[in-house]
Amino acid sequence: MSVQSNSRAGIQTSDKPLGRDDLARLVAKDIKPGSFVNLGIGQPTLVSNYLQPEQNITLHTENGMLGMGPEATGDQIDGDLINAGKIPVTELPGASYFHHADSFAIMRGGHLDICVLGAFQVSATGDLANWHTGAPDAIPAVGGAMDLATGAKDVFVMMTLLTRDGASKIVEACTYPLTGIGCVTRVYTDKAVFLTGPDGVQVRETFGCTLEELQALVPVPLTAAPAVER
Amino acid sequence: MLNFIDTVGEAVAGIKDGSTVMIGGFGNAGQPFELIDALMDCGARELTVVNNNAGQGDQGLALLIKEGRVKKMICSFPRQSDSWHFDAKFRAGEIELELVPQGNLAERIRAAGAGIGGFFTPTGYGTMLAEGKETRILDGRGQVFETPIHADVALIKALKADGKGNLVYRKTARNFGPIMAAAAKHTVVQVSEIVPTGDLDPEIIVTPGIYVNSIVKVA
Repeated sequence: MSVQSNSRAGIQTSDKPLGRDDLARLVAKDIKPGSFVNLGIGQPTLVSNYLQPEQNITLHTENGMLGMGPEATGDQIDGDLINAGKIPVTELPGASYFHHADSFAIMRGGHLDICVLGAFQVSATGDLANWHTGAPDAIPAVGGAMDLATGAKDVFVMMTLLTRDGASKIVEACTYPLTGIGCVTRVYTDKAVFLTGPDGVQVRETFGCTLEELQALVPVPLTAAPAVER
Repeated sequence: MLNFIDTVGEAVAGIKDGSTVMIGGFGNAGQPFELIDALMDCGARELTVVNNNAGQGDQGLALLIKEGRVKKMICSFPRQSDSWHFDAKFRAGEIELELVPQGNLAERIRAAGAGIGGFFTPTGYGTMLAEGKETRILDGRGQVFETPIHADVALIKALKADGKGNLVYRKTARNFGPIMAAAAKHTVVQVSEIVPTGDLDPEIIVTPGIYVNSIVKVA
């Protein structure tokens, strides 16, 4: 848990909403040194750009690798070395390869410290919906989302707070099909960082709004997180 | 009984209509394209195919689906930007889909090869992919009963085989190969190189030859 010197009154830590890269930088900073981490496809992948070597973070990719390096370029591109998004990547010194059942045993067995996922919705108690809109003409595809959501010790979500229509993606109860129950521990959005769990939703910090302004957007009760959480 | 076979056509000749075929690979990494092309040529139909995906672009598994040879897909992630052949068949109601969370897919395949009759897993508990399945609370967590996935044939790709059928793979192309080799009644492997027995260090062998039936070298 990152501890910041902000006072309780200083819950607003930025005078404007955070962009995708600033949010990725914040998530990267919050990952404890020495952690084993899986970054989901899409926005969470940006986090890898901001991990610092001194953090000694080991990245896991579910298609069978620990010690994944940055995206491959030029001569580095090798069709046998890809990430879960099927993008060519590189290996770092100390990397290891293993088969799919071992890779998911790493998740299910609780060995991963953190996974970072995108989401359609997160409920007040940390339920996650991120794999299927439930639309009748949609072709469902789940991949490793359910395994990650239930397996990692901490599940961080990165998303915009509002849909294009202005609806909050933090909801009382998910209306989209669930990925996992009570699994999300933190939600990083452009407008605030939320801590979710059995005690409801706490706000660690806000960006470009006050807690009161944030509450007007989000249909579940929000409280400021204790200073120790910030 | 281990056989070294000269052509991919002979290697897949025994695959019959209605077979369940596991095909290795995650995306294109580890996908045994030459064996899949041979499966296309051999004419087998009404296949149930087990793979992580449902084909990409206009090659390999995607073509098998396009030609209407696959009755059912068991996979975790059929929908991709270039999965147009599967998408078309699915929307037309011409292919059945059993969607399985990726880790459950892997463990169900592993269970088949390991003689496990089923297992409880937290993955999927409380979701629509667990509907109709037995559940229990174990170790304080909701868990779902999942059953093994057996196959008649596995088609996989490895880097090297030795004379005993021992296999080593390359980087993330390993993915489903080792567990599919164990789960199928008959395992066919395409390799880039066949080395003399004794040339592979026993400490680095990933798939012992006991799981392998047919090996074909592909250029």
